[in-house]
Formats: sequence, C-alpha cells, structure tokens
Amino acid sequence: MGRITLDKVRKAFGDVEVIPPLDLTIEDGEFVVFVGPSGCGKSTLLRLIAGLEDVSGGQIRIDGEDATMVPPAKRGLAMVFQSYALYPHMSVKKNIAFPMKMAGMPQDEQERRIASAAKALNLTDYLDRRPGQLSGGQRQRVAIGRAIVREPAAFLFDEPLSNLDAALRHGMRLEISELHERLTTTMVYVTHDQVEAMTMADKIVVLQAGVIEQVGSPLELYRAPLNKFVAGFIGSPKMNFLEGEEAAKRNAHTIGIRPEHLTMSTTEGAWRGTVGVAEHLGADTFLHIHPDSARSETMTIRVDGSVTARHGDVVWLSPQEENIHRFDETGLRIA
Amino acid sequence: MARAITTQRKITLTAVAWIIALLIFFPILWTILTSFKTEADAIADPPLFLNFHWTLENYAVVQDRSDYMRYLWNSIAIAVGSTALGILIAVPAAWSMAFVPGKKTKDILLWMLSTKMLPAVGVLYPIRLILIQTGLLDTKGALIVILTLINLPIIVWMLYTYFKEIPGEILEAARMDGATLRSEILYVLTPMAVPGIASTVLLNIILAWNEAFWTLTLTTVDAAPLTAFIASYSSPEGLFYAKLSAASTMAIAPILIMGWFSQKQLVRGLTFGAVK
Repeated sequence: MGRITLDKVRKAFGDVEVIPPLDLTIEDGEFVVFVGPSGCGKSTLLRLIAGLEDVSGGQIRIDGEDATMVPPAKRGLAMVFQSYALYPHMSVKKNIAFPMKMAGMPQDEQERRIASAAKALNLTDYLDRRPGQLSGGQRQRVAIGRAIVREPAAFLFDEPLSNLDAALRHGMRLEISELHERLTTTMVYVTHDQVEAMTMADKIVVLQAGVIEQVGSPLELYRAPLNKFVAGFIGSPKMNFLEGEEAAKRNAHTIGIRPEHLTMSTTEGAWRGTVGVAEHLGADTFLHIHPDSARSETMTIRVDGSVTARHGDVVWLSPQEENIHRFDETGLRIA
Repeated sequence: MARAITTQRKITLTAVAWIIALLIFFPILWTILTSFKTEADAIADPPLFLNFHWTLENYAVVQDRSDYMRYLWNSIAIAVGSTALGILIAVPAAWSMAFVPGKKTKDILLWMLSTKMLPAVGVLYPIRLILIQTGLLDTKGALIVILTLINLPIIVWMLYTYFKEIPGEILEAARMDGATLRSEILYVLTPMAVPGIASTVLLNIILAWNEAFWTLTLTTVDAAPLTAFIASYSSPEGLFYAKLSAASTMAIAPILIMGWFSQKQLVRGLTFGAVK
C-alpha cells in the first residue's frame, strides 16, 4: 500500500515561505509527477514527503497513519536521487543490499532479492564492480535496484534522469514506466521536463512558487489547462498566446493556440506573417512566424515534415477555432 | 595559460627545491651525524662534517644509562591513546558541524581554534594542581586526556573539512535506506572518510609524539615519554652533545620512519583537505 496524503502542508526556510499550505492526495499505485520550473518547490515537496526536511506546518499521512514526525528511515519509502547517491566504497551488490542489511533481513532472502533485481535491471554482470566503474545509466539502475529490493510503500524520484544524455534518458524513461507497470507501487516523480511528465504520469501536479496550479492526467492538462501558466508549461513547443483585438473578438483577455492547432496556407488565412526560423525534425517541422501585425512576438506552428518553407516566405495562418483556449485578465481559463 | 617549462628552468627549480629541503633537514641530519661522533669531535671547531671518527659508543652509553624501551612505550601509549580518544570524540562533533550546522557552528569552530592561541603555560598551574590533588600527576592516563584536549580542535577541524567534501545526498540516501544515525556514521560516513581520518590520525600521532611542554611538566618517572628521555641528557653545562644527539636520534627515529612511509597521507593532511 502507498497512499500519501498531504494536509495543509507548509514549509518555510526562516522567514521565506517556499510552500504555502497545500493539500494533495496521491492514491495507492499511482504514478504522480511533480513538474514546474526551477525553484517552484517541487523538490522540497518531495523531500517533505521523504522526511528529509521537516514540515513547518500541516500533516503528512502515509496509508492513513500520521508520518509527519516519523524519521525518513521509518517511513517505508525509497528514494532515487538526481546524483544517484550510491555508496562509492561499496560494490554494486553491497549498495543494493544496504537497505536490506539495515532492515536486518535474512541473508538468503537478501541474496534472492539482489539476484532478481540485478536480472531485472541488467546488472548481473556488474555486481562486483564499484559505482565509479559504471556508466551513468548503470549507476542510475543501481540506484533503482537499491530502491526496489526493500519493496517500499512508494518510490520517490528526484529528477533521476537529468544527469543522463538524451538517448539514455529516453531509454530509462521507458524502463521506469515499465517498472511501474510491473510493480504497481506508488511512484512520485519530480522533474522540470514536461515531456517526462506527459509521457510517464498517471497524474501530473503542476507547481509554481510552491503553489499547485493544476492536478490532472496529462491529457486533461493538455486539453483543458486551468490557467495561462499551465497552458504555457505543458506542451512542446509552447502554446502561442495572443492578446488584444483577436482575443476581444472571442470575449477573452488572452487566447492561446497550440502550434499543432494552427494551419498554414500560402494564399489565404486569418493572420499574415513571414517565416523566421524553420526547425526541421524530419517527421515534423516547427516554423517560427513573425506576424505582420505585432500582436505577438513570434508564433510557432507545427507542419508536416514535407512542407517546404524558407526564411522570409510570406504565409497565412488560421487557428482551429474549437481548439482555442481563452483566458481572462487574471490568466484563468474561461470555460 | 600553461607556461613552457624549459630544461634550464627545470634544473634551476630542482636545485632550489633541493637546497630548501636540505636547509630544513640539516638540523636533523646534524643531530644524527653528531650522535656518531666522540664528545671531543662533537664540539670541534671548525665543525667536522663527515671526516670524524665514527663510533656507536654514545648509543651504548645511552642504552646503558636509561631504559629506552620504557620511554618508547610511554610515548606510543600517549600518542596513540590521545589520538584514538580524540578521534572518538571528534567524529560525531565534526559530523554534526558538517551536516547539521546551526547558526553558531562557524563561531564554535573559530572559538575552538582560538583555544590553540592561548599560551599553554597560562593553564599549567590549574591543571598541575588538579592532577596533584587527584593523584594523577605522572600517569599516562592524565597525559592522554590532556593531550586529547590540546589537539582536539585540530582533529575536529581536519575531520570537518574532510566531511564537508562528502556529498550530503549520500547520507540522505542512507537515511532513506533505513540507516539509523549510528549505522549512517559507521557504515557510510566513516568508510568514505577513511583517507581523511587516516591523515588526521597520522598528523595527531606526530603532534602528540612531539608534544614537549605538557609531557615535561606533568611527568617525572612513571609516565615519562621520549621527550623527557631527551631532556634528561641536556645539562646546563652542555657537555654531552654527542650523547644528547644519540638520545634525540633514538627518540625521533620511530616517528621519522612512520612519517617517511606515510608521506602521501601527511601532505594531504597538512593541506587540510584543500587538495583533492
């Protein structure tokens, strides 16, 4: 079981309140991602759940029991750190065995779990090596191995992939998702990368300045962002925002339109502009368009990879009206 | 920019380094040479460098007149004992200062170091009186405690700087893995800090071994270490240079040999963790 409830949890460092009172429930077996820009409090929130930081107010319950004052060692949670935080003086095997040794588990049970974790994580050939002799991806797998052997109530991941290169990151993302499918244990995952959030999460928690902006499934957040911040944060490339006349026409202060919800024509459309930078990804091309009227700095549009548009070409853009998001003066979504 | 190092420059630098090293080592070399001279050669004017009559007579006399092994044993007991006790106290202290610093941690560190600036003679009488009244004067136990207290600030400082180099996340990982504070220090922090602890231990054994002020003032016979052994050969008339040198050579030999074999660790220790 791994149901985590935060009840008016608050955190201040001295006079600085980094997390104002906050409520959140993480259901058993859920894969929850905390996402937000640097300094939004997502890592602090995870560390509060872990017990590595003390709350300044409120209550944390794990499976219904008050864990607010319980030290990290006794919360039954496992954590994977950004820096892997492996024990450099121990072999891979001893690293993985450490939590079981601390729990006083019988030797043969330890051996059995090490063997099965090593097999699942492709570490069997590396058990006698030291962390210093492993690659980044292997170290990350050791850190995961160390977390899974004790069968925790929940896994906490603190930006675990940000030290890996792009290709490895994608692979590890799939491995962690697969691990979640197999173990069905609660996972709380912190990242600043919205792609990781979208691809892995059952539930995304978008944070800004310690405040939860929105909680929902990836597609809920994508389709119906509650405010401008979430709209701009979720989705890649970013949503285009327009103010003024175009927004007023639609009874809004600001309207947002995703790059994939614009259509382009060389002859006719709603807005005229010239092509700036063209980013060719192969299957898709992202064009950065400078509109003639300066209602927005540049607009990004996603077109098929076969479209040939060059710098300086004059094009027309048209929004898909049903996919326009409308926001009021305070940035809140207008239903 | 890397400077081009020419052969000429290299030779000059090497020569300068050798000259400095010889200058520093010369007093020790001279002591060792003198210990092999006759008393007459030892005070010859002009001094004799190598062209004297080599003899082992001084060592025989020194060995005959005093029990070297007893002094040696006292020195070892005091140096090792005070270092071990110091480490035992300093590891938890340095842990808390490095990983759970409070508002006053920096002040405490500086205050501890400032006690080293205090002239030792200022507290000599209170300490001597306490030891007399408790009947602990001239005991190894008392010296071990005094030397521990004298060197504790240095031990804590050194360990603190080493511990600061250990990433806090690894200790947090241990906590998440269910380690108690004791297991965390025993299984994770200490093994990772072994190089630092080793150089701290070495430096402290040397400091305690060489400590003369307290060992001379607080011992007479029973607990007297090698410093007292040397001192017993210095006479106001200064007549027995050769025997004094023989005694000194015997006193510094063990620590010199130990230092020779642990040079690498010591250099790291003396740079206080500044060099990785």
